[in-house]
Amino acid sequence: MTARTAWVAAGALAALAIAVALAFAAGRYPVAPGDLAAILWSKVSGAPSDVAPTVEAIVWSVRGPRIGAALAVGAALAAAGAAYQSLFRNPLVSPDILGVSGGAAVGAVLGIFLALPVLAIQGLAFAFGLLAVALVYLIATSVRGHDPLLVLVLAGVLVGALLGACVALLKVLADPYNQLPAITFWLLGSLAGAGPADLASALPAIAIGLIPLWLLRWRVNLLSLGDEEARAMGVETTRVRLAVIASATLMTAAAVSISGIIGWIGLVIPHFARLAVGPDFGRLLPVSATLGAAFLLAVDTLARTTASIEIPLGVLTAFVGTPLFLWLLVRSRRSWQ
Amino acid sequence: MGQAMTRLEGIALDFGYPDHPVGRGVTLALAAGEIVCLLGPNGGGKSTLFRTLLGLLPAQGGEVRLDGLPIATLARADIAKRVSYVPQAHAGYFPFTVRDVVLMGRTAHLSPFAAPSRHDVGIAEACLARLGLAPLADHVYTRISGGERQLALIARALAQQAPLIVMDEPTASLDFGNQIRVLDEVRALAASGIGVMMATHDPDQAFLCADRVALLHGGKLVADAPPREAITSGTLREVYGVETTMVDVALPGGGTRRVCVPARGA
Repeated sequence: MTARTAWVAAGALAALAIAVALAFAAGRYPVAPGDLAAILWSKVSGAPSDVAPTVEAIVWSVRGPRIGAALAVGAALAAAGAAYQSLFRNPLVSPDILGVSGGAAVGAVLGIFLALPVLAIQGLAFAFGLLAVALVYLIATSVRGHDPLLVLVLAGVLVGALLGACVALLKVLADPYNQLPAITFWLLGSLAGAGPADLASALPAIAIGLIPLWLLRWRVNLLSLGDEEARAMGVETTRVRLAVIASATLMTAAAVSISGIIGWIGLVIPHFARLAVGPDFGRLLPVSATLGAAFLLAVDTLARTTASIEIPLGVLTAFVGTPLFLWLLVRSRRSWQ
Repeated sequence: MGQAMTRLEGIALDFGYPDHPVGRGVTLALAAGEIVCLLGPNGGGKSTLFRTLLGLLPAQGGEVRLDGLPIATLARADIAKRVSYVPQAHAGYFPFTVRDVVLMGRTAHLSPFAAPSRHDVGIAEACLARLGLAPLADHVYTRISGGERQLALIARALAQQAPLIVMDEPTASLDFGNQIRVLDEVRALAASGIGVMMATHDPDQAFLCADRVALLHGGKLVADAPPREAITSGTLREVYGVETTMVDVALPGGGTRRVCVPARGA
């Protein structure tokens, strides 16, 4: 098992490295891996590089931040998905199904609508995301006598529909020439506008969410057995659950606030990771985050290079994610039953 | 372990839910080194009583005390270091290995942000071996048989190293051989100073290993006494509504054991 974990970790890191190299190389101004290495080295050593200044500018101010944002958002969504799945003892939940993404979207669209600064948009996204997941959880726990898995997913669908209506209302009210296109494009998911400032505000929030998840990695395993067993084994479940929900929601909100809504990553990637390394959260979390980062970067590279216009990320992840998830569902029933 | 005097007691306990009371006025204790069997009909509240005794459900009246302290005031980790719990085996949701499941029993001994160490893995492996599960350590818990899962949950409770263990029908899903194995293990645990309270459906199991038998009927304890006093044709008629005869069987090695024989067809 440990040998297998090592292989999987190596494979995930290799996928990440390839995705990064391809992302720099692809596009209107390709950056060769050699040039990239030279530019990075000159930054470290302080010595000027012999690479053209245009290429250097592309690396530092155009492609670099975008690649960084793709990595951060992919890792955040996949890690949050893995956390929610263990927490709710339910392999079908993800930030989008639990309404977190929808709630964060309402918050962020509201922020755009009110023309607020990025940090305020992030704060609103977090508050509404937390509100949405609290609402879903409240509904799911107060409806008794049904299959709890089913009720949770249904509650997520219900709250998601309500949040969708809120977003639709804000779109109707928005200024059709400036705000509406921004909102629409943002709702489909895009990293085209992600600059160094966005990255600087989202990265700390994602890190703040990731740290408690890592620290609580063993206890999260026990939560997936259910409340009673976890408590009988000495876990203060209420506290741990709150910490995990707050962390995962913060990460999701931070991701949503710079990238818009990107579905499927939080659902599909943890599944893949679980198939590869098993359900132990201490292994699941880093592998999910690495695979999520690599996957979203690959998808974003496709999004900006395959057509003359940018394809929205949400569209691409759905195109790729739906068949993948179907395949997983058919193939891996046993992995969570 | 160490705490030889560990004692779990329910005092005049009303248990159940605010809108659905299950039992009233139950006083029941478990001390280290003894085996208490809880008998009662299906749906009679045995699991609910256990959950209340473990502090997992709040008592609706009366009090649960652990080492003299109200259980509601203790941290979960402090409770878990003194009482472990073997629930009825279930399939679970995620495919943990049997080793990982047993390792989870170590959680109460870990600091909040720690994962199990090599030392903990060693204890888990020893508990697996003690129940004959060593060959299954790397198997996936959700794919082994119901009986093997039950044994794994007992191994997990052992890994918790608490002086008291509460087991909810530990032999329910086991075949004959594994039932005997579990009962032997329960007796070995008691001999090593651990107190075991277990729910069972089989009066013969109580005769085989119990120091005391508690009979739960209609939400009340109708007996709490040594097996031969608690289990009689009269009490079984009252609790289960069936006719039985008690027979003392001479054992080849000397001595007798009492067994309970259904009267019909006799």
